[in-house]
Amino acid sequence: MPVSSSDLGYWGIPLAIFAGAIRNSTPFIFVSLGETLTERSGRINLGQEGTLVMGAMAGFGVSYLTNQQWPAIGQSMGPWFGVLCAGLAAGILGVLHAWLCSQPRVNDIAVGIGIMIFGTGLAFYLGKRFVEPSAPQLPAIGFGNWSNSEQVRAALKINWLFFVGVALAPLMQWWLKNTRWGLIVRTVGESTDAARAMGYSVNAVRLYATAAGAFLAGVGGSFLSLYWPGSWNEGLNSGQGLMAVALVIFARWNPIYCLFAALLFGGAKALGPALQSVGLSKGHYLFDAAPYFLTLLIMIVTCSASRSLAGAPGELGKATA
Amino acid sequence: MAPANATNYESRPTLVFRAKRMIPASFIDALIISTVALIISLLLFGLFVMCSGVSAMDVYWVMYRGAFGNAYAWRNTLIHAAPLLLTALCVALPARVGMMNIGGEGAVVLGGLIAALVPQMMPHAPSLIVQIAMIVCGMGIGGLWISASGALRQFRGVNETISSLLMNYIAIAILNHCVEGPMRDPTSLDHPSSWPIGVANMLGNIPGTEIHLGLLFGVIACVFSWVLMDHTAFGFATSIVGGNVRAAKIAGLSVAKYSLAACFLGGAFAALAGVVEVAAIHGRANDSLAAGLGYAGILVAFVARQNPLAIIPVAILLGGVTASGDLLQMKLKLSSASVQVFQGILFLVILGLDTWAGRLKDVRHAWFAKPVMWIFEPSKKKPITVGVAHASV
Repeated sequence: MPVSSSDLGYWGIPLAIFAGAIRNSTPFIFVSLGETLTERSGRINLGQEGTLVMGAMAGFGVSYLTNQQWPAIGQSMGPWFGVLCAGLAAGILGVLHAWLCSQPRVNDIAVGIGIMIFGTGLAFYLGKRFVEPSAPQLPAIGFGNWSNSEQVRAALKINWLFFVGVALAPLMQWWLKNTRWGLIVRTVGESTDAARAMGYSVNAVRLYATAAGAFLAGVGGSFLSLYWPGSWNEGLNSGQGLMAVALVIFARWNPIYCLFAALLFGGAKALGPALQSVGLSKGHYLFDAAPYFLTLLIMIVTCSASRSLAGAPGELGKATA
Repeated sequence: MAPANATNYESRPTLVFRAKRMIPASFIDALIISTVALIISLLLFGLFVMCSGVSAMDVYWVMYRGAFGNAYAWRNTLIHAAPLLLTALCVALPARVGMMNIGGEGAVVLGGLIAALVPQMMPHAPSLIVQIAMIVCGMGIGGLWISASGALRQFRGVNETISSLLMNYIAIAILNHCVEGPMRDPTSLDHPSSWPIGVANMLGNIPGTEIHLGLLFGVIACVFSWVLMDHTAFGFATSIVGGNVRAAKIAGLSVAKYSLAACFLGGAFAALAGVVEVAAIHGRANDSLAAGLGYAGILVAFVARQNPLAIIPVAILLGGVTASGDLLQMKLKLSSASVQVFQGILFLVILGLDTWAGRLKDVRHAWFAKPVMWIFEPSKKKPITVGVAHASV
């Protein structure tokens, strides 16, 4: 049965929330998976916000420049090359974070705030020239092409990167649980003494974990500039990198739960725009704050003053001597 | 076996720098570290701008001229420094009880919002009363806002860094909601703002200058915090709570009370910065309140190593850097984000040099004394040290 957009009425709200959950959750999936990996090695990277913005800028810039340089392949390959470069640029910031944190007496949370300021500043500085132009975007699969309704078709257009993220979550879970490298990462995260006794360098393992985590955050950032909202400007990020840190706590450091938590957050983020799209624009700023409320609420409910959280890596948040 | 590197204190030179006795060694260390960090960051920033084809010397010169070059530049610098003095306290005071609070931005925003709201509540009151009410209400709300994240940490174990940051976004949403909805001035078309607070209710300048009263408030707040934290029983108790919670509990101190008090004070000061922004500069509340003053305050507090008195010179320095941003943009065509890049570099260098804190003597020994020793007495170079150091890890 053909459905026209006017027929949807209030049914547009759940549809818009579903579509928004998919779209908005993609960066959350990548950042939170990256942060899970970093935190499983016993270090918190609060700089994910900065690495995410850096990734968004690098991805957009590389996609744009590739298209300028080689128009023949720029449309198809440019965005994917951008995603790769976004990850690499973010990974460099991750290495910087890990190197600073490996010095004795350096606080990883404070360094995270530093990386956040530095990364956003650097991205704004280098990305000044990319504010105006538009770059080739990442392709999406249209699952809703059967429908006549513009709304349904737009809602069911799902980006490839989302599926990559969805596949990555169980993969990371398996990797952490069943491979030698996963075991090493977990050992370093649970007990540095045990890791040292086995002859592994704690700082080296954390360096790799932080760099890989930042790489994923950068990929998540490139989704922002290369698909949704799909342009580069200085108001692109809205705390996704930091919310991901809270999300990891909510997901109990489990990659599979991260996926579900990211979907939940994406849905919360879509609430405001969804209500706006059917004309309920009153107080939409308060709905925009829904994900932050939700995060805070979840943290209040799940945290406890008297015991450490189930699933938390043993070395997390401990001062390095 | 006797330890190989035991220091023979008797044979040390007797020449002693007398001033060290009056000035604590930690102060000298902090001064050295901060100065070295500033120099390193300036060098790195110079390299950075050279990569984009601008002479580093030009940048330093323009930064100096824009910040401290003449009376106008000084005025600009001090006006930029005023809110930083207050927002830095929002980081430094909770840091005393071991909390890393980054919620200053939210407190600034709420303070500004309250400052715009209060004059509407009391339209017929004399302006002095209105001003006092603005300051008291703003500080109260800001204090409660920050102590809320302190309380979440205290009673629920919620990480205060993350919760305070989330609350920033909530505060900004409240501001946007109010200035676009119930508090919107219908005449502010393209830039939604609250009603103006009225010329009579604006805070004036410091007598004899062209700098608003916010600077005075900031300096007073810093000196007050320094006296409170370093020279009263309250401050001492706070330091114990921050240093070792168990020791504090054994001594019978109420950890929650001191933690929340420190958070309240910090939040109140940050909110005062917001009140001043509205009541002395903008005249109305809008989204220009969320201009990153709270985040710049984090940087100031860290460079000042959480010392309230050291915040004053650091805030002036950082205010100068911000003030010179316009000139950098105008004269050298550098992007306005270059100031943020410099701030980021400075922050990371400061944190990296944290590793020196409290062991500067060892660092000096390792970097300077040891190489000198090796040059003059190569026979004393002990290759075995490498093995010893490895075993002790």
